[in-house]
Amino acid sequence: MIKTDTLIIGAGPVGLFCVHQLGIIGLKCEVVDNLDKIGGQCIELYPDKPIYDIPAIPECTGEELTNNLIKQIKSFKTSFHLNERVEEIKKVEKKWLVKTNKGTAFEVSSIIIAAGVGSFEPRKFPTKDIEQFEDKQIFYSVKDKKIFKEKTISIFGGGDSALDWAIELSNTSKVILIHRRDDFRGMQSSIDKVNKLKEEGKIKIFTKYQLDSVQGKEKIESIGIKHEDKSIKEIKTDYVLGFFGLIMRLGPIAEWGLNLDKKTVPVNTESFETNKEGIFAIGDICSYPGKLKLILSGFHEGALAARGCFKYAKPDEKYRFEFTTSSKTVKGRLGIKE
Amino acid sequence: MPKITYIENSGNSHTIEVAKGLSVMEGAVQNDIPGIDADCGGGMACATCHVYVKEEWSDKLLKKEDGEEDMLDMAYEPNKFSRLSCQLIVTDELDGLTVSIPVKQG
Repeated sequence: MIKTDTLIIGAGPVGLFCVHQLGIIGLKCEVVDNLDKIGGQCIELYPDKPIYDIPAIPECTGEELTNNLIKQIKSFKTSFHLNERVEEIKKVEKKWLVKTNKGTAFEVSSIIIAAGVGSFEPRKFPTKDIEQFEDKQIFYSVKDKKIFKEKTISIFGGGDSALDWAIELSNTSKVILIHRRDDFRGMQSSIDKVNKLKEEGKIKIFTKYQLDSVQGKEKIESIGIKHEDKSIKEIKTDYVLGFFGLIMRLGPIAEWGLNLDKKTVPVNTESFETNKEGIFAIGDICSYPGKLKLILSGFHEGALAARGCFKYAKPDEKYRFEFTTSSKTVKGRLGIKE
Repeated sequence: MPKITYIENSGNSHTIEVAKGLSVMEGAVQNDIPGIDADCGGGMACATCHVYVKEEWSDKLLKKEDGEEDMLDMAYEPNKFSRLSCQLIVTDELDGLTVSIPVKQG
């Protein structure tokens, strides 16, 4: 059981800056995120896209913003629990007990939900009746590439994941790459490589096709792929890989007894606390009159939520407002030596 | 104001006046039309405002910008009439546009 003051759910920009705001007022926190890396939507959806509306930063990419935020909180030595999703929360006396899907348990006095639109999960094939083959012959990520050796693999998708795995697996497997249109959107060097492998007969490519059906009872024997013109082609295959990026799902947050307005959590604008005492929501997931889904709004929300957490973490102390420019205590927390 | 018709997958149809300058996605979200999620809020980063445009309209719309087709690769059951509704800005010319909403957004 990890005991700390606050648990932040979500390691996106807003969660990261909130670590800073908790840190400078002397509260400890840990962060859980379902992605395998820090940065949330900034790193998953637009690492290379420039952002132009971060105050005092005329232009930066999602990745640069993330890296700078990580740098800004370095002195707090925060623990990040990546690849984990918070499943359960329970109030016991004045503490919240939190459990993740990997079994990590926390005891905290407050929780800050900075979960964006929810946790990222792989997008799946829309094809009917294929769930039974998931994690057996149909995969949305590669965990153990050894199982593919000398087998026939049908890879669906047109981005870097699809191209990279087509190239990698073509060394030891028979690879068929299937995409819904002629253009691939991955890196040009990968596209060139795939085309070269195609000429060498090491990869087969079918474009303007999508998965239509799978055949086989216990095991997939073959798949049917459908052309834009509706014609169907049968392909014998041992494994099917789908790379369609990630989608955000609210997930277990919906079951915690929080008020919900569509997929957002209403909060008060004084402390960004939800209807549950000690649970706060900031960033894209919170709603209130006038809410703007901007990173800069999330920073403000995190600053106030951090102060809101103070009374739960230190009920016998009074919170005192201090500036980073003048407070020795705050500078000490930031690791600044004078 | 231009009228936009949204047809849910169930067949339910909603015809709504959408102010010029708003996107077809915003028209749906502001009027609580089910089935258009728009998780990223119109940033062309999520493909959850995917719609199918009626065939007769597909040539009248502004061409897809770079990036829209890439995002549509990730949409649920895309076809050649697929568009991201956040990229369709309502103008007088779009009066009468009909879009169909997919079974789901992902």
